[in-house]
Amino acid sequence: MARKVRTHGQASEDTWTGKWRVAYAGGVADDLFKALADPTRRTILDELTEKSGQTLFEICSRLSMKHRLGISRQGVSQHLAVLEAAGLVQTRREGRYKYHDLNTAPLRQITERWPVPDPSGPEKSTP
Amino acid sequence: MRIHLTSVFVDNQAKAEHFYTEILGFVKKHDVPLGEEARWLTVVSPEEPDGTELLLEPAGHPAVKPYRDALVQDGIPLAQFAVDDVKAEYERLRGLGVHFTQEPLEMGPVTTAVFDDTCGNLIQIATKPQ
Repeated sequence: MARKVRTHGQASEDTWTGKWRVAYAGGVADDLFKALADPTRRTILDELTEKSGQTLFEICSRLSMKHRLGISRQGVSQHLAVLEAAGLVQTRREGRYKYHDLNTAPLRQITERWPVPDPSGPEKSTP
Repeated sequence: MRIHLTSVFVDNQAKAEHFYTEILGFVKKHDVPLGEEARWLTVVSPEEPDGTELLLEPAGHPAVKPYRDALVQDGIPLAQFAVDDVKAEYERLRGLGVHFTQEPLEMGPVTTAVFDDTCGNLIQIATKPQ
């Protein structure tokens, strides 16, 4: 009885992992491309590249003062949620404050899928 | 009509008095006991002794905590003070142990920075636009 239960549990776990892998491979790429498709979200990534670890207030200030983007705080929050879903932004609680960090690791999926030739390659092959 | 007084809620008035006078450099203007432990405690800028007073108001009301916690989490300042040089003030305050949630940031004509007043609020300092 106990053995049967264990076997069943193992099987369902494998199934679950398999499904999860499939969903992950498709889902993450979709989230990533969706996140990058919007110019405001790319601007947010630019600003986080300049300085990682910003409060929502700082991101809003940069968008409105530096980029003259008339966008509500709620709108910025929604953009950050999309970036976070794509793994490009990670939030970190530090005491009473919440900071947003840049994470460019998901971008690697793009060059893994469509490899960029080594820049030294064409030069060497040129006669 | 003039803006004569504005206020920030503070967790502890004695601690606030220390921070706003000893650290920020404001001057105490009024300090009147109001019964129990509350005081009518105001400070002014030494550059404008007859200017707008800042009331350091006890944060006892139950609505204050969730309101301020939500603002602080998102890094939103509750008050703004003008300084001649944000970077110099940032260095001075940091040297005194003040924690900044936003380092000096130049945005066109304005430079700002945001720090924690240790009494529950974030405060923004900014250069006056020329």
